[in-house]
Amino acid sequence: MSKMNTAVKKKATCTSDRVLDIVKVLILAFVVIVTIYPFWNVFIISINDATDSLRGGLYFLPRRLSLAAYSNILNRRTFLESIRVSVARTVVGTPVAVLVTSMLAYALSRKDLAGGKFFSLMFVFTMYFGGGLVPYYMVLKNMNLLNSFWVFIIPMMMSVYNMILVRNYIEAMPEELFEAAKIDGANDLLIYFRMVLPLSKPILMTVGLFVAIGQWNSWFDAYLYTSSQSLKPMQSILVEILNQYQTGGSVSDQMSRAAAGVTVTPDSIRMAATMIVTIPIILVYPFIQKYFVQGIMLGAVKN
Amino acid sequence: MFPALPFRAATLIRRNFMKQNVKTINKKPLGKRLWNQQYLYLLMLPALFWVIFICYAPMTGIYMAFCNYTPTTNGYFKDLFGAPFVGMEWFKYFFQTDFISIMRNTLATSLLTLLFSFPFPIIIALCLNEVKSVKTKKFVQTASYLPYFISWVIAANIFLTMLSSDGVVNNLLMGLHITKEPILFFQKGPYFWWIIAFANTWKGMGYNAIIYLAAISGIDPGLYEAAEVDGANRWQKMLHITLPTIRPTICILLILAIGGILSTGFEQQLLLQNDSILAYSDVLDTYAYRYGMKNGMYSYGTAVGLFKSVVSFILVLGANGITRKINDSALF
Repeated sequence: MSKMNTAVKKKATCTSDRVLDIVKVLILAFVVIVTIYPFWNVFIISINDATDSLRGGLYFLPRRLSLAAYSNILNRRTFLESIRVSVARTVVGTPVAVLVTSMLAYALSRKDLAGGKFFSLMFVFTMYFGGGLVPYYMVLKNMNLLNSFWVFIIPMMMSVYNMILVRNYIEAMPEELFEAAKIDGANDLLIYFRMVLPLSKPILMTVGLFVAIGQWNSWFDAYLYTSSQSLKPMQSILVEILNQYQTGGSVSDQMSRAAAGVTVTPDSIRMAATMIVTIPIILVYPFIQKYFVQGIMLGAVKN
Repeated sequence: MFPALPFRAATLIRRNFMKQNVKTINKKPLGKRLWNQQYLYLLMLPALFWVIFICYAPMTGIYMAFCNYTPTTNGYFKDLFGAPFVGMEWFKYFFQTDFISIMRNTLATSLLTLLFSFPFPIIIALCLNEVKSVKTKKFVQTASYLPYFISWVIAANIFLTMLSSDGVVNNLLMGLHITKEPILFFQKGPYFWWIIAFANTWKGMGYNAIIYLAAISGIDPGLYEAAEVDGANRWQKMLHITLPTIRPTICILLILAIGGILSTGFEQQLLLQNDSILAYSDVLDTYAYRYGMKNGMYSYGTAVGLFKSVVSFILVLGANGITRKINDSALF
C-alpha cells in the first residue's frame, strides 16, 4: 500500500484529484464533528453553572464552572443504588453469556453431533421470528422472573448471532487438535474447558464486549419487567429524568427556580446524569474498540 | 451477474468434498454416537433451556392474536387456551382503523433512514480509504463508531439537547440566517421522521463503514497498480476499481436493509416521541407495544406484532434468496 501511495504522491495531482482531496477532508471533518461535538456540548453544559446555562450560547467552553449538578445527583440514594444495579448486571451477565454461548458454539461446531443440523436450525430460526412482546412478558411472569434480578441475566445469557461468531472461530481451528486430545483420552468437557476456551480467547473477548455493552446500555427490560426501585439500573434513572424533561420543565419555570437561589435545574441534572452514564463507556472505549472492529469484521466475512 | 466462475467451481468442489466427509463420519450407529456425545449435550443444556423458555415458549402466544386473551391468576397457558376464539377479527380491526397511518409512519421513517444510512457509510469508507496517514484514519474511524456504543437513552438526551429551541442546531441555523425563529423540531409531525432517520444514521454509520472498509482492504493491490500504469487518477481508480469490487457487499447490505424495512426502531421512537406528534411517530413496533402492554388490549397488540413478524420474515427470506443468487453465499 505504501508503495502505491508514494507513487501517487510523485504524480502531479490533476484537478479531479485535488477536488477529491478537498471533498474527502470536508466529509471526514463533518463525520468527526457530528459524532464528537454532541458529547462535548453536553459535557460543557453539565459542568457549567446551571443558572448561567439558561442564558444559552454555550458552544465550546464552559463560562462558569460548577459541579453542583454532579454533586446533587451523586448524593441521591436512588442514583447510587442504580450504579450498583448497572455494575452488577454487567459483571454477572457477561461471563454467564460468554460461557453459555461458547458451550453451545463448541457443541454445534462438531460436525458429527447427532441432530446438529436440527439444533442449528432451531437456534437460527429464533433470530428471524419471535412470539411478540405480550406473550414474552406473560411467559416471564409465569416463570416468576418479573421483579427479579435474573430477568436481566437469563434472557441475555445467549445470543444466536454471537454463537455463530464463536462457532465459526472454533470451526477454523485445525481438526487434528481435537482428534489428538480425543486419542489422549480427553472427553468433550475437558476439551472445551482446557482447549477451546483458552484458544478462542480473542473471539470470546469480542463477544463479551458485545454482551457487556448490551447489559450496560439496556433500559427497556428494567422499565417493563421490574417495578421496584432497588432494581433500576442507571439507564432507567436517566429515562425517568428524560421523561420529566419531555413533559414539563419550561424555561420560565427554571428561571423562577434560579431566582429562588437553586443551584441546579432539571436540565443541568439531565446533562450531568447523561455524562455519568457515558463516561465509563468513553473511558474503556480505547481499550475495547480493537475487539469491536474485529467482531464486525468476522461478522462481515460470514455475511 | 458476476462472472467469477473459477471461484464458484472451487466452492462447489469443496462442498461436495465436505458432503463425502460427513457421510463417512455418519457411519457409526446413532445410539453409540449419542452415548459418545453425552458431554456435548451437557454443554448444550443451558442454551437449550434458554431457547425453549425464552424463545419458543412465547411463540405459543401467536394463538393470542386469534383469540380474546385476558390474563387472570390461573397462569399463562390456562388463560391462553381457555380464551374465546375470534379468528381474524383483530387483524380486520387493525386494517379498518389505524393500518394506513401506522404503515405510512413506518415506511416513511425507514425509507428516510435508508436514504441516509445506506450511502453514507459507503462514502465514509471510500474517503477513509483515501487517507494516507494511519493516525488520522484511525482517529476518524474511532470517532465514527462511538455513537454505536452508547444507549438510545443517552442518544435521545443528546438529540433533545442539540435540537431544543435554544440548542446548538437552532443557533447555527439562525446564525446562518436560514431561519429567523427557532424551529420546534419536536412539535411538527413529519420532522420526526427526519430526526429518527438522522439518529439511526448517526448511530450506525461507523459500524457499516467498517464492513465496507473490510471489503475494500480485500482488494488486490495489483488492480490499482495496473490502473496506474494505464494512467488512471485516484478518482478514476475509486470509480472503476474500488466501487465495482465492493459491489457485492453493497448489494448484500442493501438487500438486508430492505428485509428489515418494517423494523425501523423502537427505543428511539419511545424515547424521542411526545404526545403532540404521536400521529406521526407511531410505527408498527411502538403501536403494538402501546396497545398490547400499556392499553391492556393484549390480543390486539399481539396481532399487530404478528402481522409485522410474518411480513418481516417473508421479506428476510426473499432478501436471502436474492443474496444467494447474486453472491453464491447466503446468510443461512
